[in-house]
Amino acid sequence: MSRCLKGVLVAAALLPAACSSGGDSGIPEINFYNSPQQNIKAIAERCTKLADGRYKIVVNILPRDADGQREQLVRRLAAADPGLDVLALDVTWTAELAEAGWIREWTGENAKKAIEGTLKMPLDTALWQGKLYAAPYTTNVQLLWYRSDLVPNPPATWQGIMAEAARLAKAGKPHYGEVTGAQYEGLVVWFNSMVMSAGGQILQEGGTKVALGPPALEALKVMRAYATSKAADPSLSNTHEDEARLAVEAGRAAFQVNWPYVYASMASNKPDMLPNFKWAPYPGVTGPGRSPLGGANFAVSRYSEHPELAYDAALCLRDAESQKTAAIKDGLPPTLEAVYADPAMAEPYPMRQAILDALKTAAPRPKTPTYQNVSTMISAILSPPAAIQPASTLVQLRQQISDALQSKGVLP
Amino acid sequence: MSARTEGARAERKLGLWLAAPAAVIMVAVTGWPIVYSFLLSLQRADLRFPEQQAWIGFENYGTVLSSPYWWNAFWVTLLITVVSVAFELVLGMLLAIAMYRTLVGRGLVRTVVLIPYGIVTVAAAYGWKYAWTPGTGWLANLLPDGTAPLTEQWPAIGIIIVAEIWKTTPFMALLLMAGLAVVPEELLRAASMDGATGWQRFTKVTLPLMKPAILVALLFRTLDAFRIFDNIYVLTNGAQNTSSVSIIAYHNLIGGLNLGIGSTMSVLILITVAIIAFVFIKIFGASAPGSERR
Repeated sequence: MSRCLKGVLVAAALLPAACSSGGDSGIPEINFYNSPQQNIKAIAERCTKLADGRYKIVVNILPRDADGQREQLVRRLAAADPGLDVLALDVTWTAELAEAGWIREWTGENAKKAIEGTLKMPLDTALWQGKLYAAPYTTNVQLLWYRSDLVPNPPATWQGIMAEAARLAKAGKPHYGEVTGAQYEGLVVWFNSMVMSAGGQILQEGGTKVALGPPALEALKVMRAYATSKAADPSLSNTHEDEARLAVEAGRAAFQVNWPYVYASMASNKPDMLPNFKWAPYPGVTGPGRSPLGGANFAVSRYSEHPELAYDAALCLRDAESQKTAAIKDGLPPTLEAVYADPAMAEPYPMRQAILDALKTAAPRPKTPTYQNVSTMISAILSPPAAIQPASTLVQLRQQISDALQSKGVLP
Repeated sequence: MSARTEGARAERKLGLWLAAPAAVIMVAVTGWPIVYSFLLSLQRADLRFPEQQAWIGFENYGTVLSSPYWWNAFWVTLLITVVSVAFELVLGMLLAIAMYRTLVGRGLVRTVVLIPYGIVTVAAAYGWKYAWTPGTGWLANLLPDGTAPLTEQWPAIGIIIVAEIWKTTPFMALLLMAGLAVVPEELLRAASMDGATGWQRFTKVTLPLMKPAILVALLFRTLDAFRIFDNIYVLTNGAQNTSSVSIIAYHNLIGGLNLGIGSTMSVLILITVAIIAFVFIKIFGASAPGSERR
């Protein structure tokens, strides 16, 4: 027992020291939580230098997977941890954290700076109920990547990919078209783009009611047909972004829908395949497709002890110079339109016009504070894609998304 | 006479006083969380909607107990528990006897047997996960091309059970070996003099005397197995209906930030564990640890 008591006392004695922000030098520390990004330290150091002694940015690295990142952030925020200042949020978390009162609204001069020159689609992901809760940092859209040595003309629709795959299979050539079909956010991303490409939405405007309807039925039919076609990789139900990328690099697949990072990866892993590695707009269901929209925004924690400094740091971390570093060195597409025009972007981003075009019609995921529940439900119901029964799956989706929106019911 | 009882009573009083601080701390650290989660289970408590927090009676229990996801997790957990503990008991007993009877290299045998138990579960689970991943895993490569066992419900549950058995059989063996040590050698020799065969000696002498040790081993392992978390978290994270009750509680509590539903699940798990413990004590009756009749 004495050992236990001692442990408690020791922990109690250590806690204040471990939790206080502010270094030995007396310069306030701004704790910045970001997903793993190779050159983020360099970006933060530049901003610390520009702050000229007003603050010092400390970079904290979150886990690699989005669920792990969200988990760590919300656990700390739920405990009112003052050791968080600037938070890098996935575009789908804005509503949840804003509604819970964990992130601060951006107003006045700070908001003006965050909005100025920012592309419309990414900016929209930082809004909740018409208020700005974060400053867009990076964005992302998926494109169709294909091997021009196997496929001379890129298909414009999923049906087109299936037809090409059947042709290639008959000729005994690599024919898989990779898509993120595992039971995780990637499956939701796919479904959302399919529904929006078919002219519908998962949720109605306002995000409190289910929309779905005939476009969703159409989307489910195409997904099922795709999952049971020659285009489907046998491990479709276990494919994440990286497995899709590797299947093309390994020569097993002819296509993939994926984020632009696959281009840089191909350039370094398989430079001999790069000349035939081409991109095209995201495939559609009937008309043109609408790309999934990704990216990250910077928010300021409610529990930050230096909010004004945190806003300032966040603005520097996402200014044109920082975004250029992130784009060129880490392959993350900028949210400031002007950065795309920078001459230094031409070589690493030959597909930059395709990205800008896709950003005009991209398919953002539904906005709701219960996005996590909605997403978990959708991926559980749609997995594995080959088992989708369009009509009955739609009924199930409608029912369980509706429960999830009210944070009713149980998550699988 | 009365002086003696008074002395005994004083001693008893002193004993209670001495034990009191430990008891108070125990209640504080275990009792309060239980009470707190019970209170949370009676509320609508979702961290994302702090304004909507309200007392709603047993509504959460209705929600959880009518959810197919909960019942699927419950039966999966029960299946994993029963199958893995049954295998562990048999294998553990064989290992225990082997360890107990080995004459040469006793230390080496015991060390080798204990290795799986000494590896951190999460690290071992990653080992299993990679072994079963198509393309990179040595076990997956033994299967026909294109099979990904961790992406289907039954194969995945099978893999989880195998990982559990591999991991905790040594623990079972260790507990059973302690039971073997209490069987007096002379009893076995006497039985053998009376003409009992090896099997008869095992079933009529060794097993009855080991009953308390077996009960402890089974109880520990059943309760542990019912709360299985880390193996599943790493291997499937509950995909394809492979959630255990602990995984599903975690998803609702930490992933969904729904303290009400998550706490309800925790309370239900606690109740189930209590029922399991109660049933064990009933079945094994007098030989239960702590019972005074022998």
